[in-house]
Amino acid sequence: MTQPIIEFRNVVKKYDDHVVLNGVDLEIDAGKFYTLLGPSGSGKTTILRLISGFLDASSGDILFDGKRINDVPAEKRQVNTVFQNYALFPSMNVYENVAFGMTLRGVAPAQIKTKVTEMLELVKLKGFEEREIDELSGGQQQRVAIARALANDPKVLLLDEPLSALDYKLRKEMQYELRAIQQRLGITFIFVTHDQEEALAMSDWIFVINDGEVVQNGDPIDIYDEPINHFVADFIGEANIIPGTMVADNLVHFNGQDFKNVDGGMRPNEPVEVVIRPEDVDIVSVEAGAVTVRIDTVSFRGDYFEITASDMDHHEWQIQSTNGVEEGSRVGVTFDPEDIHIMRLNETEEDFDARLEAYDEE
Amino acid sequence: MKSKQSIPYMVPYVLWIVLFVILPLLLMLIQSLQDIHQQWTLANYANFFRSGTYLKMTFNSIFYAFLVTVITLSISYPMAYGLSRVKNSQFWLLLVILPTWVNLLLKAYAFIGLLSQTGTVNQFLGFIGIGPQQLLFTDTSFILVASYIELPFMILPIFNSLVEVNPSLPNAARDLGATPWQTLRRVIFPLTLGGVRAGVQAVFIPTLSLFMLTRLIGGNRVITLGTAIEEHFLITQNWGMGSTIGIILVVAMGITMYVTRDRKKRGKR
Repeated sequence: MTQPIIEFRNVVKKYDDHVVLNGVDLEIDAGKFYTLLGPSGSGKTTILRLISGFLDASSGDILFDGKRINDVPAEKRQVNTVFQNYALFPSMNVYENVAFGMTLRGVAPAQIKTKVTEMLELVKLKGFEEREIDELSGGQQQRVAIARALANDPKVLLLDEPLSALDYKLRKEMQYELRAIQQRLGITFIFVTHDQEEALAMSDWIFVINDGEVVQNGDPIDIYDEPINHFVADFIGEANIIPGTMVADNLVHFNGQDFKNVDGGMRPNEPVEVVIRPEDVDIVSVEAGAVTVRIDTVSFRGDYFEITASDMDHHEWQIQSTNGVEEGSRVGVTFDPEDIHIMRLNETEEDFDARLEAYDEE
Repeated sequence: MKSKQSIPYMVPYVLWIVLFVILPLLLMLIQSLQDIHQQWTLANYANFFRSGTYLKMTFNSIFYAFLVTVITLSISYPMAYGLSRVKNSQFWLLLVILPTWVNLLLKAYAFIGLLSQTGTVNQFLGFIGIGPQQLLFTDTSFILVASYIELPFMILPIFNSLVEVNPSLPNAARDLGATPWQTLRRVIFPLTLGGVRAGVQAVFIPTLSLFMLTRLIGGNRVITLGTAIEEHFLITQNWGMGSTIGIILVVAMGITMYVTRDRKKRGKR
């Protein structure tokens, strides 16, 4: 097993009595694209600042390359940050901004020039050397910020919600570019965002953070398909979450019926939550449907319709469909056994992983 | 875009400028071009530039204003920097600014009380066995008191420019490996140059024509252009010469403004 480049061991951060991080453990391997995903105030930015050194942990150990760095000041750490508002130096031009870190270390001017040119090429801003910062668009400033951070040859690049100020199209474009830059340079990226779509699109590995704890971590597909609990299921994408009971392995009871599914490893008749993604729900005739629902709203989203409906038990259903239906009409809905995901109540991540492994092997 | 509706609001401004700026300046210019018999002449200017006394006074004015500016700047910048980083900074700043609300003469008399032969400072010096000393009516006391009086005008603009610096910029500098000193010198200071310029203007220009202090504290040992203007208007009644010196001062202010102007588009926020 290789040594993780960054490791948190039971890291706690509190201000007076207010706990921001409640015993976080995590491991970051070199060369991958990580995302810390969580709502505002979940503590994800705090984790980033603990890595960069702008905050000190109240207790616990932060390791970098196996060495404890709790007491290493920010300017001595081999990480660089792309700030949310870019934090470019307005008194310097693009070239001077990108060169800043190197001039501090006394790198030879010729070498600085080569590196700045290389970095500006990387972020597609060749020829912008002499531009002033206030002459740049938001997207261009973003690129300069990335070039400036990367020019320092960090082992880990921290990105603090860097795309949140960009418009939708530019954000999409930057997602691809960031991913491409990361793969080309092979540097570890740790990206903080509250945008689940962004996280799913870019990451090798996602840490879902809530209330100062890592709720779940895994690759994007696992997190989306196998959310550990109500919070994750709801936060990552849209989800229909319905209370039910697990009658036996591969058989779940909800909405007054038994459904076949592919989960197991629970106590008989254990109360659970059932997750069905809106895109997995198919609209059929009432006779052919497993559940009968009444369509409440239909909203056109361009590439699909977003439909809300309610069943006889007053559970709300979210459905994504390529075809529109009439509001107020009664239809049936179906879903396949593989589309049903079961979540136990209050299951820890360790137990969850152990259970998944156990019944996958059967 | 000007709209007609805004014209009535311009009236007070225009009145003010005409009555209190343009007219007085014109009058001064006219008087400076006349001798004591109201005859048109350039003699006043010729006098000024030919006489060693006036040139020496000019040099004195600039020299002392320069000293006071340098002293207040070197005290104010660290002070403003410290103030900008503490809690309740506005309150602490207020304490520094408070003395400006007291009349200049009152403060001057207070310093006379402190610095005179039998004053508090000399009592203390006598107590520790090195006094009494001649403190009042020295160059040092003049510079001390002038710096004390001008200090708030230097601190205020610097402080304001410091608090306007985006707090994530020092973080970014540290992140890129800058020590606190490098951050101050290379990132924060360039961004506060505007405040420093404003402070230099607010101190240097008024100090050029300080005159009450030169008499009360400097004991007329320091004679500046301000003193000369007062003498010509009130004592020798040579208004032409007084106005000439006034015009010279206005020109000096203009030059100061020009030298300390915001040179490049850069450095502006």
